[in-house]
Amino acid sequence: MAATKFPIEAGHILLFARAVGDTNKIYSDEDYAKTTEVKSIIAPPTFTMASAQFDPDYPLRPKEGQVWFGSGKEPTGIQKSSGGSGGGGSGGGGLHAEQHFEYHRHIKPGDVLTAMTKPGKTWEKEGKRSGKLMFSETVTEYRDQKGELVITARSVGVRTERPVDQK
Amino acid sequence: MALSAKKLKIGDTYQEEIVNNLARTRLVQYAGASGDYNPVHTDEIFATKVAGYPSVFAHGMLTMGMTGRMLTNYVGDGRLTKYGVRFTRQVWPGDSLTAKATVEAIRQEGGQSFVDLNVSTVNQDGAEVVSGYASARIDP
Repeated sequence: MAATKFPIEAGHILLFARAVGDTNKIYSDEDYAKTTEVKSIIAPPTFTMASAQFDPDYPLRPKEGQVWFGSGKEPTGIQKSSGGSGGGGSGGGGLHAEQHFEYHRHIKPGDVLTAMTKPGKTWEKEGKRSGKLMFSETVTEYRDQKGELVITARSVGVRTERPVDQK
Repeated sequence: MALSAKKLKIGDTYQEEIVNNLARTRLVQYAGASGDYNPVHTDEIFATKVAGYPSVFAHGMLTMGMTGRMLTNYVGDGRLTKYGVRFTRQVWPGDSLTAKATVEAIRQEGGQSFVDLNVSTVNQDGAEVVSGYASARIDP
């Protein structure tokens, strides 16, 4: 579960910055970027999430020749053998609980990162709005083409017993 | 336009509206850019009929990314050293969010000045959707 080669590209940074609504020219205009303290286009703070694009096994991307669990002819492409409540299971399951970044250096186009992910702690908690909560942590180290650590990311996921009650 | 330790005070705040009337298409846009195609964020039929939610909802990382824009606008580009959040509530299409940073500490480490910030993003009802922290290098 990691990208062995995550090339940092200016076009990808532009698309990502647009998606988070950030019009700062540091993410799109090389001439402007040269005049700033950082002297080049850099990636926005949460950009390493997009390493998912370069993880060949990333599960949340439809892949040619494989059944996708989102809707098509039916509400989901995964046919369950038994009825199930339609609740917790497939979609109500995994949510992102926490995300932490430590920046050792800000990444820029031309960098080629590798991501190494290690499992961290796991713990449980009883939640008021979604039943039992099962937390699990992963730590991803992003290193550059010289092997130097550039970003450490810690992610906490939570699986819920049922979808989060909105009341 | 970096911050300066001399001019900052504990309790100083900076805030921005980071999205107004969040559109479903924005969720599609974020899915495409980040590569996170979880259908709970982009596929209304799956989100409602299979996952059991009232509608699609935003990627937590979209809210963290939009909140990050407020932070970098405040502390300057390439200045963040730490940024972390907890996702405390889901964000839905139609939501409008405001992100705020509050100065918690101004400190020196190895001759370099840093600011520690509390980070909070709330929706149009004032309910917190993201709660976190950030640190940044600042000028003396």
